[in-house]
Amino acid sequence: MNKIDARGYSCPEPVLMTKQALAKGRPLTVLVDNRTAVQNITRFAQNQKLVVKCKEVGPDFELTIE
Amino acid sequence: MQDERLVVGFDSSDDAAVYLVRDDLAAIHTVDFFPPIVDDPYAFGQIAAANSLSDVYAMGGMPNLAMNLICFPSCLDLQTVRAILEGGADKVREAGAVIAGGHSIEDSEPKYGLCVTGYAHPDDILRNDRARPGDKLVLTKPLGTGILTTAAMAELLDEQQVRDMTAVMATLNKNAQRAMMPVRPSACTDVTGFGFLGHLCELARGSGLSVVIDSKSVPVLPGVLELASEGIIPAGTYRNMDFVADEVLVDPSVPQALSDVLYDPQTSGGLLISVPEARSGELMQRLEAEGVAAALVGEVRDRGDRAVTVL
Repeated sequence: MNKIDARGYSCPEPVLMTKQALAKGRPLTVLVDNRTAVQNITRFAQNQKLVVKCKEVGPDFELTIE
Repeated sequence: MQDERLVVGFDSSDDAAVYLVRDDLAAIHTVDFFPPIVDDPYAFGQIAAANSLSDVYAMGGMPNLAMNLICFPSCLDLQTVRAILEGGADKVREAGAVIAGGHSIEDSEPKYGLCVTGYAHPDDILRNDRARPGDKLVLTKPLGTGILTTAAMAELLDEQQVRDMTAVMATLNKNAQRAMMPVRPSACTDVTGFGFLGHLCELARGSGLSVVIDSKSVPVLPGVLELASEGIIPAGTYRNMDFVADEVLVDPSVPQALSDVLYDPQTSGGLLISVPEARSGELMQRLEAEGVAAALVGEVRDRGDRAVTVL
């Protein structure tokens, strides 16, 4: 499973990291620590017609893009 | 302490404070400063100054006097500091005002802006809470500078896009003010940190009315909608969305990227003018004659369910 940790990065870094990682394949799991990143990655993925799931993991968020 | 000569203060979330000096003379006071949003120090100075001066224009006044506020780390070379101040001074000169001094302090991150004073006849003061039912709403600059500056920081823009974005932010609202004053608008504000819909909410709420926006007629800078759909959106956009969530209804037919842009925090944004319908055509003509690319974006109605409806 393709996985990246984008915690500690502020926008727009997490979405750019996601874009790069998606080029290597799906499904992709992205770990982020703020809601802006969640919303930006969701917008990006949905615009690519990909399915995004989000769950809260403690103080962080885990996004799965399929 | 209350002072009845303070005719516009904290209460109405307006653009600047207005103090009645005499019955026929009002002083408009405002201050704003922020960290660099573009790499070029001269352009940053221009933008920060245009942004500070805009509050006076939005109140229906012309700036007369400005003072510099600048923070910079001791490691920053003096040439850069000088370039920021020169950018600011050039905009103040263009505004027809003078710089009377200022204050600098050492700080880890550079910041620049102005404290500005303008004078106007009290009858010419344009508050943001005096819109009237039937008014038309006019916006004098395209939206999207928050998204573009975010993209620029990530080096996602080409040189032309950076130049265009910089030019829009560095443009004074001077010509827009000159065009609107003869048509006697009901209300005016400028679009800045709370985004187009945030400032519209203040106008609608303060006036006790509702506004309806035609999203297709709202001008947006080139490339912004594409960036928004790629998720290149600053945190401030989502904050603005949360602030006014209960007051704004966006029709589901409005594309998400466009709806996002309507909340985008703007730096040195345009004037948002509420003008009686009978004079809206004349206002558009005057704006065009002044070289201001303005758009009719909506209208004011009696108070309904929501302060703002976007169709």
